[in-house]
Amino acid sequence: MPTGSWVKLDDYREVAPRGSMDFLLRIGERLRGRRFLHVSLSRYGGSLVEVLNRVVPILNDLGVETSWEILIGSADFDVINRAVTRGLAGIEQVITEPMIERLRATCADNAKRLALEADLVMVHDAGPLLLVESRRPQGRWAWHHHHDLSSPQPQLWNVLRAFAQQYDAAVFSLAKFAAPLSIPRFLVHPSIDPLSERNREMMRLEQTAQLDRLHVPRDKPILLQVGPFERLHDPLGVVNAYRLVKKHHDVRLVLAGPPPAPGGDVLAEVQEAASHDADLSVVVLPPDPQVELNALERAATIAIQKPLKADFGIDVSAAMWKGKPVIGSTAGGIAFQMVAGVTGYTVETVEGAAFRIRHLLSNPELIGRMGAAAREHVRRNFLVTRHLGDYLALLAHLTG
Amino acid sequence: MSTAERFSFLGCLQLLEVTPHEARDARELVTELERVPLESIFCHTAAALLHRPVLPEAYPNDFALWADTATGDRRLAERLAAVDAFPSGAMQSVREELVTTVQDHLRHLPGPLPPAHGEPFRFLQVHLVPVPTGLEAGNLKEFRDALAEVDVSALFYHVIEARYRHPDGRSDFVEWIDHGLGQRELADRLAHIDPYIGSLERLRDRHLSALARALEERGD
Repeated sequence: MPTGSWVKLDDYREVAPRGSMDFLLRIGERLRGRRFLHVSLSRYGGSLVEVLNRVVPILNDLGVETSWEILIGSADFDVINRAVTRGLAGIEQVITEPMIERLRATCADNAKRLALEADLVMVHDAGPLLLVESRRPQGRWAWHHHHDLSSPQPQLWNVLRAFAQQYDAAVFSLAKFAAPLSIPRFLVHPSIDPLSERNREMMRLEQTAQLDRLHVPRDKPILLQVGPFERLHDPLGVVNAYRLVKKHHDVRLVLAGPPPAPGGDVLAEVQEAASHDADLSVVVLPPDPQVELNALERAATIAIQKPLKADFGIDVSAAMWKGKPVIGSTAGGIAFQMVAGVTGYTVETVEGAAFRIRHLLSNPELIGRMGAAAREHVRRNFLVTRHLGDYLALLAHLTG
Repeated sequence: MSTAERFSFLGCLQLLEVTPHEARDARELVTELERVPLESIFCHTAAALLHRPVLPEAYPNDFALWADTATGDRRLAERLAAVDAFPSGAMQSVREELVTTVQDHLRHLPGPLPPAHGEPFRFLQVHLVPVPTGLEAGNLKEFRDALAEVDVSALFYHVIEARYRHPDGRSDFVEWIDHGLGQRELADRLAHIDPYIGSLERLRDRHLSALARALEERGD
């Protein structure tokens, strides 16, 4: 099965639900010639970029004239954007009027450069939000905010809400992430690409080579949590759950995450815990670790996602796609991706996580059954093919 | 659809919209049930099949599931689960039955309303965009073959959504097989398939089984 940027819609026939590919082709015929423009801040890194990398060429294959532009800003714009993103996530920031003016000026400059004519212009996340001030009279505009906007920093949101309401619609990942707005608010859940490097099928030989490179032995069942080494992702809670399990089962815990940002991380504490335990592996991932994560998730017996606060958390679906039951917290969109008791278990405490992990390890047939149900659940609900259908539905609905 | 014509399978795109309505407990639920647009009632009852996985609790609508998981009120959940989402063509009567059920439950509560511990119920509404799938059938065998491979949303459009389009609450499949093919007995068999079966794929399987039996009886 091919992978990479040359993937075509037809390649998904083997993995998508039956009938869905032909249906997408028919929808494409109906919307042929419509122009769909995406504007985001970057073409590199993150699940949004992975999705757009796939969705944009496939929409073009379907006959929808789709393009993807990025906003260009200076270094200070990037700093402001990060602060605004954190502020919208409810993390208190100092955002001044000159900072908002900088956002505004950057968007205005980019609007002169970008061809913003389309039947539907979809602006992704906070950075390009103020582009809407330069919208042309033709076409509809939608703001797609991919993060939790349920409790933004009030002073900041009071300013930005006025811009958000100049759009024709807003799009959120979950109903509980949607801020109150006077415009229609639609839902498009995130998705994974089953043909990407992160999720494609992987031969055992390649998997072994990747695990050797990461120094992860396969001598015992692996519990895996993928996520940043930050307190909000609770790696220390997962270590404590593992220790409770370890009294009864000979397992290995692998904590894998990107190199921590400066300040406030718990990597040192996790590494300290690992230094006394040969069965606790801490993997600091290289940049763009798609193949590494693919190998780790395939090697795992049980996947854990136990953050205290999260966005949608599409890593859950990535593990489920590889046939792994997930022990997940109820933060963000984690529970939404699971069917509790069928594809894994949702837990609220360290003890709950340990109890559920022990239950699965003691009933290995349940691991296989839940893993198979998990993969099937993702096939129907969280593949990029469903995402395509959602975008086409939005295009059809908003552009008539 | 003219029943003398070939049957054209339509699938449907769905787009979920967040409404401003939320309920944190059963009292707020009844208030909001009276206010929300009918499209929202449709979204959380009949159309739940489109956007919700098969759940072990098997609650047939989102209200019952929420009452159990978010408020822990199993009694209310069971009563809401019994509300029929498919009375012929009348979502208003579904709304009234839901309201009456919650009101009656509140009247007979043995003590104070238990505090909700889970997420509030967020009312959504669904927009459906019907799209031809390109699959057609002129006889029973072609119909069976097309049904086996069509996108699952066609099952929703022709079996569930159709009940609100047809004055007698029948599915498009039943209409065509009865009036287009003149096979009343098979149409009756299909009409008796329980739409609460759990998932659209199961609904497809039940239809395919009935069609296979009919074809076998005819010797096809």
